Amino acid sequence: MRQTSLRLRAGIVSLAILLIFGLAWHLAVSGTGPAQQMDPEYAKLMGQTAVQGKSAMPGPLDVLGKIWSHLKEPFYDRGPNDKGIGIQLTYSIGRVLVGYGLAMLVALPLGFLIGMSPLMARALDPFIQIMKPVSPLAWMPLALYTIKDSSISSIFVIFICSLWPMLINTAFGVSSVRKEWLNVARTLEVGPIRRAFTVILPAAAPTIVTGMRISIGIAWLVIVAAEMLVGGTGIGYFVWNEWNNLSITNVITSILVIGLVGMILDQALARVARAVSFPE
Amino acid sequence: MAMFRNPFDHRFRLSSKGCSCGQHSSEAEHAAATADGLAATSDEALRLRRSVENAVMRALFPVDEQRRNFLKVVGASTAYAAINTLFPIAAATDVLAQGAPLEKKDLKVGFIPITCATPIIMAAPMGFYAKQGLNVEVIKTAGWAVVRDKTLNKEYDAAHMLSPMPLAISLGVGSNAIPYTMPAVENINGQAITLAMKHKDKRDPKSWKGFKFAVPFDYSMHNYLLRYYLAEAGLDPDTDVQIRSVPPPEMVANLRADNIDGFLAPDPVNQRAVFDGVGFIHMLSKEIWDGHPCCAFAASKEFVTTYPNTYSALLKAIIEATAFATKTENRKQIAEAIAPANYLNQPVTVVEQVLTGTYADGLGQIKRDAKRIDFDPFPWESFAVWILTQMKRWGQIKGDVDYAGVAKQVFLATDATRLMKEAGLTPPTATTKTFSVMGKVFDPAKPEEYIASFPIKRI
Repeated sequence: MRQTSLRLRAGIVSLAILLIFGLAWHLAVSGTGPAQQMDPEYAKLMGQTAVQGKSAMPGPLDVLGKIWSHLKEPFYDRGPNDKGIGIQLTYSIGRVLVGYGLAMLVALPLGFLIGMSPLMARALDPFIQIMKPVSPLAWMPLALYTIKDSSISSIFVIFICSLWPMLINTAFGVSSVRKEWLNVARTLEVGPIRRAFTVILPAAAPTIVTGMRISIGIAWLVIVAAEMLVGGTGIGYFVWNEWNNLSITNVITSILVIGLVGMILDQALARVARAVSFPE
Repeated sequence: MAMFRNPFDHRFRLSSKGCSCGQHSSEAEHAAATADGLAATSDEALRLRRSVENAVMRALFPVDEQRRNFLKVVGASTAYAAINTLFPIAAATDVLAQGAPLEKKDLKVGFIPITCATPIIMAAPMGFYAKQGLNVEVIKTAGWAVVRDKTLNKEYDAAHMLSPMPLAISLGVGSNAIPYTMPAVENINGQAITLAMKHKDKRDPKSWKGFKFAVPFDYSMHNYLLRYYLAEAGLDPDTDVQIRSVPPPEMVANLRADNIDGFLAPDPVNQRAVFDGVGFIHMLSKEIWDGHPCCAFAASKEFVTTYPNTYSALLKAIIEATAFATKTENRKQIAEAIAPANYLNQPVTVVEQVLTGTYADGLGQIKRDAKRIDFDPFPWESFAVWILTQMKRWGQIKGDVDYAGVAKQVFLATDATRLMKEAGLTPPTATTKTFSVMGKVFDPAKPEEYIASFPIKRI
């Protein structure tokens, strides 16, 4: 009972914040500045901002209208450079999932190896420490040059940025499995493969999934930037194309959409995290 | 134009000495006097048939006198019927009309969303590619470096580039040396210097010390023209001002944010800055050098040699689109075709002001200059030489440069000449010419002396 009422109250406060923010936004951009004296023929050649002193920032109602128009027709396809927001999102999510999947295939086994062998942990440490802080976008020119395909290059960039959190968390999770459990396994003469899957994996799973959750967040952040850089398709390209047109309304719309998709991806992994967690 | 004359007419000579019928002193006089001049054969189908017929008749009658006598005796229609049984003229014409078989029909051509790319873009919605049997996807690209990399990667078969880029790529400046070609210039003029509104009283470049300028790319006409203009005003472009390379779509946003004081940029960026009340047009690039080249249609040498027929068809489509764009009466229609989101993604009025040359300057005046942007596909080798001199002047290339040699390899004037003729344009007969930039004459034969004559340089 108490729980629901707290949730209800929080919901009401959220809504109130949204309304106040929307109203403030609306007031801030509505109204026209001092209209300039212009020859009507000249005014015809100029934009609204210049003629009526209208703010270049769109109001919340403009944005809502724009979102509605995108929702009405999310999958239109008018040529290679003008596709609906739904198609663009599909491209981006596809790239993220492929890059992320590949990173998982590499990071989990490698993380196990590092976590279980102190020698490998020490030997690989300098490489990981140097590579980890590099902005994934810095890889882009190199990827374009060597892979020679822009779409695979963006997948590579996703791969490289989701690799490190997973790798480090897996290694950390595996190496910090409690010694008692390993000793019990040893006393029972469990083989190394079986030990990895039945003792270490369940014990390290919560840490590993935390790494995966960090990774998917980073991957989604990076894909937008990568697509803005390379263009072609994807939600990042959509933002870039609308920036090119200085259409702030569309940019705000895509910001909201990007946020929404990012939240869904994060929540999906949060569920996985809950499923693998265990009380000690 | 003996090529398009009716070879079944005994009055005409097929050899090209003097006028084609021999009765007039010059070809021009002849054209005026006969109804069967080139004007009458402007219909392309007829022109094609005539060229096939010509070839056949020339082969049958190596001596023109024999052909004329033969026609006089048997009459044109009988002769045509007789020869048609030997050689199916109609079928041969069809083959020629289709061109040689295309090696590759589905092509990808990259472009940057600016009006310089007009011929490349418009050829898609207006059907110039389709007419050559090509299925071309024109792909919008985020910046010059990406266009370069995607073309080098072969993701694009050909691309819209800045005219210095194929030179730079061929020389291996700013990338690996890969033989590159530039068979056609896209546009001439069509750029402008735009300044932020707060500088509307600083019209003298001497007062621009400390300004931050943007140009689209290091290897661009924009960079060289801005540097030239500043240097002529006594400012050293490397120390007195800051010039940075910013992709065109980001320029207006940067100007609004006060990140830069101005830019020398391609349209529609300049007009867009005016449209949004962010800046004003200080001067058109045409006032620096009237008729300067800007962007180019470029392809790798590999593409040209691997797919010669496809390349030829593609270039023909571009040159025909360019020919269409040179006519001012077509410009409004083109503006409507290329403004939508799939191409430039700009308001139609902005694109229209650029293409028609009737534009708001941002200071309350309407200006009219029909040559604000113009289209001329001919890749003058002397343009390449000028660009190379500027690359050397600003230290982008060092040491000895084979100006004429590089110009000839990269700027493919011969192909352009042939295809311009087919598109009904008049190509120039020479491949170099002298021109002047801000009143200073450039002689393509003396590039080193030209560089030496500038007080401000990086050598």
